[in-house]
Amino acid sequence: MKNHTYIRLGKLPVSFFMHRKTIKLIIGLVLASIFALLISTALGDLRISPIEVIRTLLGGGGEESRLIIHTLRLPRIIAAFLVGASLAAAGAILQGIIRNPLASPDIIGITSGASVAAVAFITYFSGTLSIAWMPVAAMIGAGITSLIIYLLAWKKGVTPIRLVLIGIGINFLLASATKVMLVMNPNYTASQAYIWLTGTVYGTDWEMIRSLVPWVVVFIPLSFLFARNVNVLQLGDDIAMGVGTAVQRQRFMLLLISVALAGAAVSVGGAVSFVGLIAPHMTRKLVGPAFGGALPIAALIGGLMVVTADTVARTAFLPYDIPVGVFTAGIGAPFFIYLLYRHRNG
Amino acid sequence: MERLYAGSLAKGAGLVIGLILLLLLIMASMVFGATPITMSDVYHSFANYDASSNEQIIVQTSRAPRAFVAAAIGASLAVAGALIQGLTRNPLADPNVLGINFGASFAVVFSVTMLSVSSLPLLTAASFVGAAAAALAVYLLGSLGRDGLTPLKIILAGAALSALFSSFTQGMLVLDEQSLNDVMFWLTGSVAGRSLDMLMAVLPFMAAGWAASLWIARHMNVLTMGEDTAQGLGQRTIYIKLTAGVIVMALAGSSVAVAGPVGFIGLVIPTMARMFAGNDFRWIIPYSALLGGILVLAADIGARFVIKPEELPVGVMTAVIGIPAFIAIARKGSLKS
Repeated sequence: MKNHTYIRLGKLPVSFFMHRKTIKLIIGLVLASIFALLISTALGDLRISPIEVIRTLLGGGGEESRLIIHTLRLPRIIAAFLVGASLAAAGAILQGIIRNPLASPDIIGITSGASVAAVAFITYFSGTLSIAWMPVAAMIGAGITSLIIYLLAWKKGVTPIRLVLIGIGINFLLASATKVMLVMNPNYTASQAYIWLTGTVYGTDWEMIRSLVPWVVVFIPLSFLFARNVNVLQLGDDIAMGVGTAVQRQRFMLLLISVALAGAAVSVGGAVSFVGLIAPHMTRKLVGPAFGGALPIAALIGGLMVVTADTVARTAFLPYDIPVGVFTAGIGAPFFIYLLYRHRNG
Repeated sequence: MERLYAGSLAKGAGLVIGLILLLLLIMASMVFGATPITMSDVYHSFANYDASSNEQIIVQTSRAPRAFVAAAIGASLAVAGALIQGLTRNPLADPNVLGINFGASFAVVFSVTMLSVSSLPLLTAASFVGAAAAALAVYLLGSLGRDGLTPLKIILAGAALSALFSSFTQGMLVLDEQSLNDVMFWLTGSVAGRSLDMLMAVLPFMAAGWAASLWIARHMNVLTMGEDTAQGLGQRTIYIKLTAGVIVMALAGSSVAVAGPVGFIGLVIPTMARMFAGNDFRWIIPYSALLGGILVLAADIGARFVIKPEELPVGVMTAVIGIPAFIAIARKGSLKS
């Protein structure tokens, strides 16, 4: 145990228990994220030198670079990072409490609920309401869907397996509804919807960031506070009850946190897939199964993955600006396969 | 040799009822639709085909292929799903864990966008090759390392490769919107508009898959006890896992090739089958096959009537019919995870 560090907050029921290696990894990832943000801001249609980027971020810089960085690139990059971090944290929590490696935010209806609402919005309201309302529609869709799944899974409490099965069912139903809308639509709306379904942070402005930040600022720290309970729930309901955890209440709280995080992320970035599923697995490959340090690491990996993917997506095929969802797997999967290979015996 | 135990009789009776239901639905599928067809039309079209009768032409070119394709892919996907859920010991697994739909979709979209292929038989071949290649890649990646193919490794390898394939596919479609319209009909999955020849081309693979899955059922029972137990009982687990993988690939690959990616069946039907059949694969396999065939047939018949004169994609109708039943079962659930 001498390699571990404790963090205790006085009398509050909060404590962290981390391996030294984990702390080093977190610091490394934070530095990597800052580096990625700088590089990403520098790259694009018009290249800006990293020195100029730093100057501009600190309030100096030229007129032109200020315009490009402040109105175009920075909000988009911040959105990409927050979307990735939220999805990854949500996925890590879900895999922990559902105890299934295939669990991801899609399972509890976030993506399908948001998608149905977003595609319906594009189809029926895009003429009458401003597109700024679409994230709101997506958020409402995600929330309602998750609630329905939870209620249907409730029978003297919710068990992970019931939650997952009901989730799968409802997801398929909604995915079918989405497909029907796409098939019956004129091409223009269908391709617009298709881009949303792929996931994109194109055209994010500070307004959107402002609507996303509160969710992240409230729920990511909350998820850190609850991390201990995930550790216990991973042992199974019987043991968790045995050591005095209020299983149903904790599970509900944790679900709520992951719905809030994933819902907020999807409403801004569309149905970005893969991050919520794979970032937690990458984390486990790097630090093992204990949950204490896993959550911040998963969030950082998720953020990094989406920022990198979006940087490639908007610069590699100029003048095309490709939806980020196309590249999250393109960037994440090879790295994950490398991790699989490196830890093939462990 | 095999000791019968209590409940076998009931389960056997269930299979017979299922089989009768399946045959009735095949008949119904030929009779119901926009053009009314009588039973005698159906009979004559097979017995003494008269090329001047409109009804008989419809049966031979449209209704019969549709009924047989629906039954065949329903059964195949469900059996493939049952095997992959046993192999990964995970009720969330479906044939897609081996990347089958994504590999097939990638191959089809690639053929359409890059090679300008548009003939359906060629696309069928492409999708079969894509599905097989994806499954092979997942298996190779999943068996890296000393402990070989573990359930977790298959799942992770499948997730990574599926995502990779699907991102390539999405990329091609985003860059080439015209093709999106051309392949959308294929990407939604359908049992309509397929010819008997197309089914015949993959039927050998399917039939071999069904037969092999019945043969492997006993060994799957042993394998699902866990690797160590199975080896202790003298099973050479690696061969069983490989064979099961090949069966899944043949069944799911040929289904995708004929009907496009139809989701849901391979995931949900095995769970339903376990409700009826318990945890013995010798019962799970036949139940999955019958339930899968019944569901897709019923969905396909329903799809013709919901939004006349249009038709719903069969995958959508499958979900509409199957999901309420599935949710009821999940709520009832004495399911072992």
